[in-house]
Amino acid sequence: MTCTLGIDVGTTYTKAVVLDHADRVVGRALQPTGFKLTAIAEQVAAQATADAGLERAAVGYVVATGFGRHQVAFADVHVTDLTAAARGATLLFPGTRTILDVGGQTMKASRLGERATVRSFRLNDKCAAGTGAFLEKTARYLGYTTAEIGPLVATSKEPIPISGVCAVFAESEVINHLSQGVAPADIMHGAIVSLVGRSVQLMKRVGLEPEFTLIGGILRFARMAEVVRAELGAAVNVPPDDLVQFTAALGAARLGQRQLARRADPDVVGAGAP
Amino acid sequence: MAYGAGVDVGSTQTKAVIVDEARRIVARSLTMTGANVIRAAESAFQEALAAGDLREEEVEYVVGTGYGRYKVTFGNTQVTEISCHGRGAVHLFPRTRTVVDMGGQDTKAIRVSPTGEILDFCMNDKCAAGTGRFLGAASSALDIPLDELGPTALRGDRPVKISTTCTVFAESEVLSWLGKGKKIEDILLGVHQSIAARSTGLLRRVGIEAEVTFTGGVARNVAMIEALARSLGLPVNVSDESHYMGALGAALFALDHIRAARTPARQEAS
Repeated sequence: MTCTLGIDVGTTYTKAVVLDHADRVVGRALQPTGFKLTAIAEQVAAQATADAGLERAAVGYVVATGFGRHQVAFADVHVTDLTAAARGATLLFPGTRTILDVGGQTMKASRLGERATVRSFRLNDKCAAGTGAFLEKTARYLGYTTAEIGPLVATSKEPIPISGVCAVFAESEVINHLSQGVAPADIMHGAIVSLVGRSVQLMKRVGLEPEFTLIGGILRFARMAEVVRAELGAAVNVPPDDLVQFTAALGAARLGQRQLARRADPDVVGAGAP
Repeated sequence: MAYGAGVDVGSTQTKAVIVDEARRIVARSLTMTGANVIRAAESAFQEALAAGDLREEEVEYVVGTGYGRYKVTFGNTQVTEISCHGRGAVHLFPRTRTVVDMGGQDTKAIRVSPTGEILDFCMNDKCAAGTGRFLGAASSALDIPLDELGPTALRGDRPVKISTTCTVFAESEVLSWLGKGKKIEDILLGVHQSIAARSTGLLRRVGIEAEVTFTGGVARNVAMIEALARSLGLPVNVSDESHYMGALGAALFALDHIRAARTPARQEAS
């Protein structure tokens, strides 16, 4: 059996997944990206292979993705985040047609055709109000850490409206609400509703074709998926456990398996170029 | 002697200015706005009174301005900060035709007539990019006090190109340049140039006509003055009162009210 490694160097976290020949996840690792991309990629890859109980030499193919993919010196090939996310999402949910990916500093919506090809996509990486950074900033203004967002918002019953126009201007809004005695949980809930509003707009621009699969680190907050479901009025797929954060890395590793299969047998069905 | 006062409640700082009948500034004060806007307005006014050794009754008319102008509960009326910055700028630099007001959370481009009337204005109201907050982000990312940013940037000679628009992302971009081994001076010079370029874009939307007067808290920043002048290709008027320009304009409007009340025959609203 030959394993492949998919590594996703994201704006906030670097994730790696080790996949075996039967597309089973056998190892994974995650670290904050920081500013030394080549070094962090090396470190996360080493952790993921150790997690799989493998030597680095046992990894047959490495596919890098994410904004920092070109800094992954040991990768055999680089693919865009959209391609990797499409492969990962369809591995978990074969019926996926629309993907929403909300990361620390980006938000992406894409629509897939047959065989996980990306037909259309829209990105936001210019404005923090449409990314996870908006929730992180709001949490910070409230005096909570990012890790506390999930438990905090779980206690909210009613979101307070947050304009969500600018992550910087949100500070005055948050302070105003706090001084009027609004519960921090309801403010956080409001911030999530505001972010979801932007997400749904982005998804509308690529066409709202079910099934919907939601991925990215921000989907760790269960409330996020609940609000998307309510806004869309449709069922949504969310990868189980913290795989939601590893979907692009998973897709990258899967592309690695395709490459290995093609190398072994050039006529193998479905082994298109990544 | 009658006095007029202007209280400018900004998003970050509250400023108060008191002028005498000869339109001379007799007192000024500055306080952080904070969460309690009403108290900030009151304390700025009281501090200005103390600074000018004046009693409250001696100030006949108070004009509130700035985003918190309706929280100036003791004010006789309110005037927008756009009118006030235009008025103050033309008072100090009579040939002003374009005003750029750079504050803590917003930047405004204002075109004024020779008599100080507002002809057009434009502001960033949806996004903090290109405002003082961008400097605040750089200050906290690099751990350099705000008032040292300008002098530090002036020592830069090879500015980095800041590519992010959003103030939140700029903080990480600044750190990533630091991680790539760029000098702090060059990063800061790049930050100033990026803000100047955005402000120039805003100014173009109202039309840039000489002379240009730079007002607001960021006008104290030497590197910003230089970056703005270079980006505009024009010299920029700056005064020690630039930071207080909104409050000064408000105080001048207050004086108009006092004079109009005294000469009922010419009771025109300003």
